[in-house]
Amino acid sequence: MIVNGVSVDVADGVSVAAALMQLKIIPRRALSGEARGPLCGMGVCFECRVTIDGQPHERGCMVRAREGMEVRSDEG
Amino acid sequence: MKVDTLIVGAGPAGLAAARGARSVGRKALVIDENWNGGGQIWRGQGRLVVGVAFEFERQVVDLRGLEYDRLILACGARELFLPFPGWTLPHVVGAGGLQALVKNGLDVRGKRIVIAGSGPLLLAVAANLTKAGAEVLLVAEQTSWTKLARFAAGLWRWPSKMAQGILLGNPRYRAGLWPVRADAGGVTMSDGRRWDCDYLACGFGLVPNLEVPRLAGCAVVDGFVEVDEWQRTSVDGVYAVGEITGIGGVEKAEAEGWAAGCGTKIQGDHARFVSRLAESFELRTGLRGLATPDTIVCRCEDVKLCKIVGFHDRRDAKLQTRCGMGACQGRICGPILEFLYGWEAERARPPILPTKVSDFVRKTRVTLD
Repeated sequence: MIVNGVSVDVADGVSVAAALMQLKIIPRRALSGEARGPLCGMGVCFECRVTIDGQPHERGCMVRAREGMEVRSDEG
Repeated sequence: MKVDTLIVGAGPAGLAAARGARSVGRKALVIDENWNGGGQIWRGQGRLVVGVAFEFERQVVDLRGLEYDRLILACGARELFLPFPGWTLPHVVGAGGLQALVKNGLDVRGKRIVIAGSGPLLLAVAANLTKAGAEVLLVAEQTSWTKLARFAAGLWRWPSKMAQGILLGNPRYRAGLWPVRADAGGVTMSDGRRWDCDYLACGFGLVPNLEVPRLAGCAVVDGFVEVDEWQRTSVDGVYAVGEITGIGGVEKAEAEGWAAGCGTKIQGDHARFVSRLAESFELRTGLRGLATPDTIVCRCEDVKLCKIVGFHDRRDAKLQTRCGMGACQGRICGPILEFLYGWEAERARPPILPTKVSDFVRKTRVTLD
């Protein structure tokens, strides 16, 4: 998986949200600029949304990390 | 393609419905937005049903365009989150939420975790996080020791629920305690004590996922989909099973799913456990006062509590403040507003999830001219 242009190793079957949390990467900044992290872990809250392979607003918790997948957070 | 029985949700209720449908020779298709079956409780551990078609990573944004003779809704429940100062900080996670993230690969070995909120789920989460190597410092249950003792004393009626009784023996478990303020490195509880922690895992019970049932036009009474003993909803050909008809756990979900799948009456009395759960873990009204005027209520649109005063209902507040208008479409702040002010949700309109216009048009066979 490539996060904000940097290649990282992620084990098979790990969700993008879990992988970002492990790497201490903030997926999203709120309108106020406040850093947010995953809340519900099950596709409800949209707090872990990131851009995946160019598609914005993807819920990181609902997508498995894959080799070569490009993930961009609000930090990147 | 038209299917005989379309089942939405592959948790315990949906899987039981699939088994039921299969047993009477019906052709069933189960769709679920997760990448594997089992729902939130089994998460990938649920046994799929041979002879039934499954489509994962498939979201329902609209019911138009889906063809079926019978529709069985097994949409499950989500956690209720309550706003308090600091609840939007990145280390404040759902209780079931953190568990889901751990099951999906988050490593919590050595992490100090405070679990707080309400309901039997907290203890199950504590056990699972401990097994995953975390250090659970405290499990704070908002209900009183008295209510908890009554709940525990009644568990013998449901031998299959005895495991919950054993979990109640967790030495870190405290009743009558709740979080009042989270800060960057920890949380202060209602007894004034502050705990340093890596994560604060919070969940104040479960609320049903009513978006799809509402989309189908099913009547909702007292917060749950209304069904008869055949699990039929108010809409012809539409059945509801599992947590969306009342929070009652796996056994109830499976019994209801099986009944709807086969087309038989529900077996066993589950209503008593549902009401016992609801009474035992009823949220104390004092929790309504946790949020201060500056506390964010709608996390998508950053709407603070002080902005949501003087409105009559959710729609009024939404139109004036954008509360509930963000990406989650009010899934998080909706139940909060219901708890704070008794404002119920409006009817659901498609698309019930953020969708690309091109996908929406294609899936629903709407033409743009």
